[in-house]
Amino acid sequence: MTKHLQEEGPSGGDGRPDAEDESLLNRRSLLAGTAGLVSAMLMGSMTPAAEAATENSPEDPTRVPGATPTAYGQRSAFEKAVRIPRSWWSSLTPLQDSHGILTPSSLHFERHHNGVPTIHPTQHRLLIHGMVDQPWTFAMEDLKRFPSVSRLAFIECSGNSAAEWRGPTGQTAQQTHGLTSTSEWTGVALKTVLQEVGMNPEASWMLAEGGDAAAMTRSLPLASILEEAILCYAQNGEPLRPEQGYPLRLLIPGWEGNTCIKWLRRLKLGKAPFMTREETSQYTDLMPDGTARQFTMVMEAKSVITSPSGGQHIQPGFLEIRGLAWSGRGRIASVEVSTDGGRSWRQAALQEPILPKCHTRFHLSWRWNGEDVILQSRCLDDTGYRQPDRTALVAVRGVNSVYHYNAIQSWHIAADGKVSNVHA
Amino acid sequence: MRNILRHILMVGLTTILGAGILWAGGPAERQEQTHGYGLGRLATDQEVRVWNIDVAPTGEGLPTGQGTAKQGAALFAARCATCHGPTGKEGPMDRLIGGAGTLASQHPIKTVGSYWPYATTLYDYVHRAMPFPAPQSLSPDEVYSVVAWLLYQNGIIAEDTVLDAHSLPGISMPNRRGFLPDPRPDVPKP
Ligand code: HEC
Repeated sequence: MTKHLQEEGPSGGDGRPDAEDESLLNRRSLLAGTAGLVSAMLMGSMTPAAEAATENSPEDPTRVPGATPTAYGQRSAFEKAVRIPRSWWSSLTPLQDSHGILTPSSLHFERHHNGVPTIHPTQHRLLIHGMVDQPWTFAMEDLKRFPSVSRLAFIECSGNSAAEWRGPTGQTAQQTHGLTSTSEWTGVALKTVLQEVGMNPEASWMLAEGGDAAAMTRSLPLASILEEAILCYAQNGEPLRPEQGYPLRLLIPGWEGNTCIKWLRRLKLGKAPFMTREETSQYTDLMPDGTARQFTMVMEAKSVITSPSGGQHIQPGFLEIRGLAWSGRGRIASVEVSTDGGRSWRQAALQEPILPKCHTRFHLSWRWNGEDVILQSRCLDDTGYRQPDRTALVAVRGVNSVYHYNAIQSWHIAADGKVSNVHA
Repeated sequence: MRNILRHILMVGLTTILGAGILWAGGPAERQEQTHGYGLGRLATDQEVRVWNIDVAPTGEGLPTGQGTAKQGAALFAARCATCHGPTGKEGPMDRLIGGAGTLASQHPIKTVGSYWPYATTLYDYVHRAMPFPAPQSLSPDEVYSVVAWLLYQNGIIAEDTVLDAHSLPGISMPNRRGFLPDPRPDVPKP
């Protein structure tokens, strides 16, 4: 409808409506409005408001009626931040384009092992069996009737920044750190549901299995997850996105993303880990001596400056250094920023809200005088854990452990203002 | 206001507790106590059986059936080689064969033979997730056969070893002792 108005209306193109045309304008916009409404009714949906703005925007929007309401909103057509899909298995969140701490659901990173399944919500079931009173099955409607819980939490893939082990690889913050996102997650506490089915107190491990084509499976130590785990059916106020496990996923706040099994269809309680491929061949951390660490669940504290960051160009003068910090162990206690490659550090301001196991926004006012510099950030969480520098991390773990890379990120600013990824 | 609320809560709680005591001994006791919200239902045997596909290191969950490397060779060539290479080493997807002795080197090669701690996991995974375009399509005999072929090619079993629910859990994998628990935080503070 708006498109029609802009193509044919007197304000079309970049011309202003002139006085003579006023009556025409009114008549045409009215007509256009009616036609739009009728066609929207016929089609059962409204033209997205943003669509019209793609080609054209009126020079003076106060003189042109705006778009009508839409059934499902879209962002402004002028905003272009997107995920970067990588092969068939993942896509990365554009951290450098984000504000605040929440990740829009459309931009939440993806990681899956054999595609995103299409699951009918009324057909989906959660089966709980093994060391429980009796095997029990829940429909989505059952799970939604339980007392609900909700919290904000980041989810980070344990392979986030994996390419950085061997050298500076990602060009942008999205490429180096984009496998982490924060959402509000709503559902029922795992504990509530396990109590409902009569969990055997001797049970110590829980197998969680997805209903995707990988039937993705992890064993989880019950004692460590029972207080915080949530069976989630909603994300940021609406049902989960398909890529995030629609209609049901597990959330274990602070733990590596793959433990938060998506498209969750089965929980089996037992006395020992089930030793699935995802906790033996995958998601184990190989050390320099050839041994591997297993069940490395928690995501340790990490931070990254998102602005200025790799791929950007900056101008001399004032700018606010901005970034994100998070810790799977708890709350971010402080973030320090260095503008001289780690020789000196200044305290950055933490922006509210500062929540446990969530992205936390930091910023620091700065004036770039056009010199060649290296920017870094490092965070401390409320357990006293400090994000390590690269040398210290590699000294302990070598460069072949793939997962859990959380070293300090360095961005080099060249004299021409170009920002790039370096290891300093 | 708070006090009133608390009072209502207490009264409610006493009623529920009282009811619980009344139920005790009744035929519905177990049902009522463990299923407090009355949500969901008992799963049927059939529902459990079709989804209960995990195989534990003890062998629990392995179905009846059997296979040898000889039988698995043709299946691997037909259903697996396009992605894992004719000998399981060439890719383009995960390398499955070889890599022995490389884990502590500069360029470790993690394969079924060099890295996997349990042979049972191989049954579980191949059945649940492979072949990639048609997961869960192989019969138990087919899975045992292709698992046998992968173990044989890795020098872990003989070409005529018969794999079944009894023999598979007993196979000792070279890297069985290669995994340690998480020691983090592990990086010394500056
Ligand atoms: C269309 C390509 C394709 C075919 C055909 C295929 N696979 Fe795979 N395979 C993959 C991919 C991709 C992965 C990695 C999956 C992942 O990481 O989630 C994989 C992983 C594996 C792994 C795990 C490797 C490891 O070290 O973790 C095994 C074992 C395996 N495949 C066996 C087989 C067998 C046996 C067959 C034939 C029955 C087969 N595959 C057929 C694509 C394929």
